Amino acid sequence: MEYLEFELPIKDLEDQLQKCRVIGEESEVDVTETCSQIEKKLKEAQKDIYKNLSPWQRVQLSRHPNRPYTLDYISAICGDSFLELHGDRNIKDDKAMIGGLGKIGDQSFMFIGQQKGYNTKTRQYRNFGMANPEGYRKALRLMKSAEKFGIPVVTLIDTPGAYPGLEAEERGQGEAIARNILEMTRLKVPIITIVIGEGASGGALGIGVGDKVLMLENSWYSVISPENCSSILWRSWEYKEQAAEALKLTATDAMKIKVVDGVIKEPLGGAHRDREKTFLAVSNAIVKSFEALKNLSPTDLISERMDKYANMGVFKG
Amino acid sequence: MSWFKRKTKGITTTTQEKKDTPKGLWYKSPTGKVVDAEELEKNFYVSPEDGYHVRIGSKEYFEILFDDNKFKELDTNLESKDPLKFVDTKKYPERLKTAQDKTNLKDAVRTAVGKSKGKDLVVACMDFAFIGGSMGSVVGEKIARAADYSLENKIPLMVISKSGGARMMEAALSLMQLAKTSVKLAQLADAQIPYISLCTDPTTGGTTASFAMLGDINISEPGALIGFAGPRIVRDTTGKELPEGFQTAEFLLEHGFLDFITVRNELKNKVNKYLDLITNQPLRV
Repeated sequence: MEYLEFELPIKDLEDQLQKCRVIGEESEVDVTETCSQIEKKLKEAQKDIYKNLSPWQRVQLSRHPNRPYTLDYISAICGDSFLELHGDRNIKDDKAMIGGLGKIGDQSFMFIGQQKGYNTKTRQYRNFGMANPEGYRKALRLMKSAEKFGIPVVTLIDTPGAYPGLEAEERGQGEAIARNILEMTRLKVPIITIVIGEGASGGALGIGVGDKVLMLENSWYSVISPENCSSILWRSWEYKEQAAEALKLTATDAMKIKVVDGVIKEPLGGAHRDREKTFLAVSNAIVKSFEALKNLSPTDLISERMDKYANMGVFKG
Repeated sequence: MSWFKRKTKGITTTTQEKKDTPKGLWYKSPTGKVVDAEELEKNFYVSPEDGYHVRIGSKEYFEILFDDNKFKELDTNLESKDPLKFVDTKKYPERLKTAQDKTNLKDAVRTAVGKSKGKDLVVACMDFAFIGGSMGSVVGEKIARAADYSLENKIPLMVISKSGGARMMEAALSLMQLAKTSVKLAQLADAQIPYISLCTDPTTGGTTASFAMLGDINISEPGALIGFAGPRIVRDTTGKELPEGFQTAEFLLEHGFLDFITVRNELKNKVNKYLDLITNQPLRV
């Protein structure tokens, strides 16, 4: 397990506890009392640190190297029923955007999401979760296919942004995202969207227009990353913490400004600290959301979705 | 004892006179050509010698598109709020105030309906001079309402984009304006009302990832910068030198994202010609 800087007090106590237990096992000394004292301290430290996370600390948690990624969720939720589908039928298969069909119980879903890698090699293979236009077009192809057969869509968002590359621009990154957003506003099947890690800008929204949009507790969602915001508004990379604060990018803030519909609680310390529990929470959230949407006619579904987005924004006059 | 004596005290230029468009006697284009300001205005703000299209705002585009510069402006009362209490090096309300004072505009878009070659047209035109033409809640709402006006009255919609992207000070709310405007464009499309997107210099970021690229036709002016990620970001991310003409209107035309590029003095004719053709109406002269 890797630790973030602000988690170091926890790491210290965990190490102490480990040592204490080893001593207990290897010698005759009774360490029960000492161990339970350290445990108590550990619990307090965890509570103290994780209950008062700053926005920037949540951003760090959302990027934690041990955090589960899209395919981890899908494998855990659908098991063997998952069938991955590839390609945009135009130019190539984008490895940063994955998709496919899978079951939860008896119900099929079309899963779509950005995929990150877990080591240097796979991170490059997945382009750090930054999709190219063909990724967005692949996503749209799968959504249209789901619509054709009346299959609900689940999108899992985890991206630092759409890829700002030369070829991406040549192939119309903006157009690809714009097209997805427009088509998602009028897709005839339920769309459930969950931000599981990073939700940066158009790259996130390109698969993020949904009837129910949820965020994991330690994910973030905004128009720009705190680093880039800092570099543009403060003209320096040094103000990312202030930028994270100013952008109101946490799940609870996104709820307050009505950009998302709900927050999925994570285990104490983040999704990676108890992956099974996180997977179950996400699976339950998908099922619950689908239950609330499945009896709506396509017309009602679309008009409710359109009304929701048409009402977003705050202005006077 | 000074050699010169100032007769009037202080700077007396009014904000009206301090516009982005050239109001001086002369204008110098990037190739170094010098144009008389009045001549420039008569020539649709295009430098006559080198064809350079000077950046203009809603005032000038309305003048170009609407017959006799007559139009009814829509939703003039909408103004930005500060829902996130956003502070960077400056408070957001202060930025708004400064921009309003400097530009004499309420926000980064103006919407209007009027006759263009005798037929109704709804135009939403962004103003780059207002915080880089950035799209926040007001821009999204005004474009959405302009689309509603089009929908209710069955009038074609034209959006003139000129924007650096989403307005950071409204964070996720500004991002959601991409979805909001797209909802309205989907409704227009379902009602078979033509929508024209004119991408002008510059059209980048959030606008490109929404209404700017969603026209029944997407058109542009010569040399306009159009892209999702700005050229500096692309260069910094990829470490590659950018090819000449990267992200210009001509580049987008070549890659299949624009229907055509038009010089400004033909804009009004071409837009209306398309509308007549697509709605199967006799061509207006």
